[in-house]
Amino acid sequence: MRGNFQISRIEFLITKKWGKRGGGGGEGCCPLNKDNNEPGDSTLIYRPEPGRKRLGGSECTAEREGRKAMANKLISEMGLPRSIANDALSLTEFELMELLDVNLKEVISAVAHISEIACPPYQTALSLLEQRIQVEYLAGHLPTRLEGLDAALCGGIPFGVLTELVGPAGIGKTQFCLKLSLLASLPSSYGGLNGRVIYIDVESKFSSRRMIEIGVNSFPEVFYMEGMVQEMAGRILVLRPASLSEFTESLQQIKVSILQNQVKLLVVDGMSALVTGEFEQGPSRQHPFAWHISFIKSLAEFSRIPVVMTNQVRSRSSDEASRYSFQVQSKGDNIEEITRSDSHLVAALGIHWAHAVTVRLVLEARSGHRFIKVAKSPISPPLAFPFDVTSSGIILLNNDGIEMAGPQINTIHHQGSS
Amino acid sequence: SFMIVGVVDKGHKAVLKPEDKLKISENEALEILKAASHGCRLDSFEGSHAIVNGAQTAWEMLHDEAMLTRITTSCTDLDNILGGGISCKEVTEIGGVPGIGKTQFGYLFAILDFCINLELLLLLRGNRNYRIQLAVNVQIPADYGGLGGKAIYIDTEGSFMVERAMQIAEACIKDMLEYDGLLRKDSQTRHLKMQPKELLGNIFYFRICSYTEQIAMINFLEKFVSEHKDVKVVIIDSITLHFRQDFDDMALRTRVLSGMALKLMKLAKTFSLAVVLLNQVTTKYSEGSFHLSLALGDSWSHACTNRVILYWNGNERYAYIDKSPSLRSASAPYSVLYNFAVLCNHASRKLGEI
Repeated sequence: MRGNFQISRIEFLITKKWGKRGGGGGEGCCPLNKDNNEPGDSTLIYRPEPGRKRLGGSECTAEREGRKAMANKLISEMGLPRSIANDALSLTEFELMELLDVNLKEVISAVAHISEIACPPYQTALSLLEQRIQVEYLAGHLPTRLEGLDAALCGGIPFGVLTELVGPAGIGKTQFCLKLSLLASLPSSYGGLNGRVIYIDVESKFSSRRMIEIGVNSFPEVFYMEGMVQEMAGRILVLRPASLSEFTESLQQIKVSILQNQVKLLVVDGMSALVTGEFEQGPSRQHPFAWHISFIKSLAEFSRIPVVMTNQVRSRSSDEASRYSFQVQSKGDNIEEITRSDSHLVAALGIHWAHAVTVRLVLEARSGHRFIKVAKSPISPPLAFPFDVTSSGIILLNNDGIEMAGPQINTIHHQGSS
Repeated sequence: SFMIVGVVDKGHKAVLKPEDKLKISENEALEILKAASHGCRLDSFEGSHAIVNGAQTAWEMLHDEAMLTRITTSCTDLDNILGGGISCKEVTEIGGVPGIGKTQFGYLFAILDFCINLELLLLLRGNRNYRIQLAVNVQIPADYGGLGGKAIYIDTEGSFMVERAMQIAEACIKDMLEYDGLLRKDSQTRHLKMQPKELLGNIFYFRICSYTEQIAMINFLEKFVSEHKDVKVVIIDSITLHFRQDFDDMALRTRVLSGMALKLMKLAKTFSLAVVLLNQVTTKYSEGSFHLSLALGDSWSHACTNRVILYWNGNERYAYIDKSPSLRSASAPYSVLYNFAVLCNHASRKLGEI
């Protein structure tokens, strides 16, 4: 029980240093270990034993979620320690020795014990797969009903990760979102997820009428039934935040309501509009919406729903980097060629965002035709499908797709579309 | 002749003071020093330890390196520039822009460390004359068992797609079966019974959601690996994420990162693991223009033993050895296929051609 003693000692001394905090300093915190229960006095982390397999326990996950979003903030910034583990693990061994007035060996064993408790439990990849197959619709995919795209994405828009739709204005991103919203709200007998949809409409592009038109034309058998239009439309909740801070607030509320209200899809239409003006392009360190990215990702992950976000394009600025320093020397003579082949348009929101999304679908217009390209996906080849916008939403003109080699899968063109 | 600075006895009392100069020959002086140092130590060691505790001579290290196994990347050109593959006792960092294939390498190593019959894979890729400078671990019989590898996959981004791991596992086994069928017609093919799901069962998946958990995980790894001795590779995808966002105290960040790097290196060395860290990309201003560079800053770039950068060169994907103590800077092309993870550009031959 020595380890426990050390942990409580650490807690005591850290409390002493930073002042006592009132009970329940953070959401979702529970006593560090059951034997050492001091209610009302501490904010500690509860973890199931590591090395023990997680059997899809949703209670622990929910608690963890409460901490996830804020866990990146260093404790001392808040003036109050939020978790012992954070402190103990961020300080060096010597600082801890000084703080606790114990020798190195004890510090090492206490840190090892805390690490073991703070470390999340594991699963084998196999049990992950089996869980998904058993529990989720199509092993975790929302079919788009666009055959070629669904095949490329191994079933459809994946659950639990961020999917981005990026393209120039008017290309069809909102149409795609409307169709997806319908698909998520359809009853399971018609291949839908039978759930609610939260549609965050930043640029006021949502049109109920258009959505119903899509519904009536794509699924006439459903929509001609009495009361279905009202039912389906009633499942789609539209939010219109006017600023980033309103959006932040809404996100917090959404987190709570997702599980309670059977929300099966989250759409954020106009992510880039929220941050335009507040975001500096270029190699700046500060990412004003980094918190939002990680929050939405954790939301997607713990609720296992698909999250679709749209992104605009902007012109490539001249100081945009696209090469590594070791590349420059060898390309001295080909610079012109390079700049010509690089498109003038790039996705807004920067490279941090680009790392955070899991699936990126690029919509573009080239010589009068529109294409939807699977630009980034861990499971799909880089295919481009020609598409069109019709009364029933989006349809693919060709289900086989054109394979695009190289980084041109990522480039965005906007020429000559009607 | 030597000048003896001072001699102390066991109780650390000065026996001879620096003022006393001794006129003795070199050999005699060495004898005295040896006797003195032997007397002071509680244990006596042999060989190199006699000089400094815990040290190894370069010769011993050379021998160790020769015995080192490497995990193939399944791409001959890439293996060539890597000296055979990812080293099993070192930390290798792989970075690149989104979509270049970093996570694909992660999946690959998680699955392939089990199928470590390297010659098999290389022959499969059509390169029968290729010789790798590696000594296969003498304890592995010349069949499938290989490193007996299990993998730890630490996911900080939530981007692990189990469907993809399944695809790769299936492709890997399919390739093995075909090779087996073609070449080993006479011997028993007992390892054919492996199922893709078994390979997935050998991957321990941890989902890390904050930098605290990341530090805790790395601290806990030592215990975990000592309890699961068949783990041969640890993949962290990505090392960057939780350290990029609002970590305002840069000094703390640097310190935490370097602490992590040291622990990982020690882990790799102690348990003979291949540690693979995936890193993201940022822009950096140098020499008058903006360049891409791996994230986490300059101090981190010193932390990893080996660094590989994945980049686009025209329409092809290339890997560049940016930093390595023993490998030259070189680039090699690779491609990501959807019935296998990573493959050489050239080896598009059909399986039948050997």
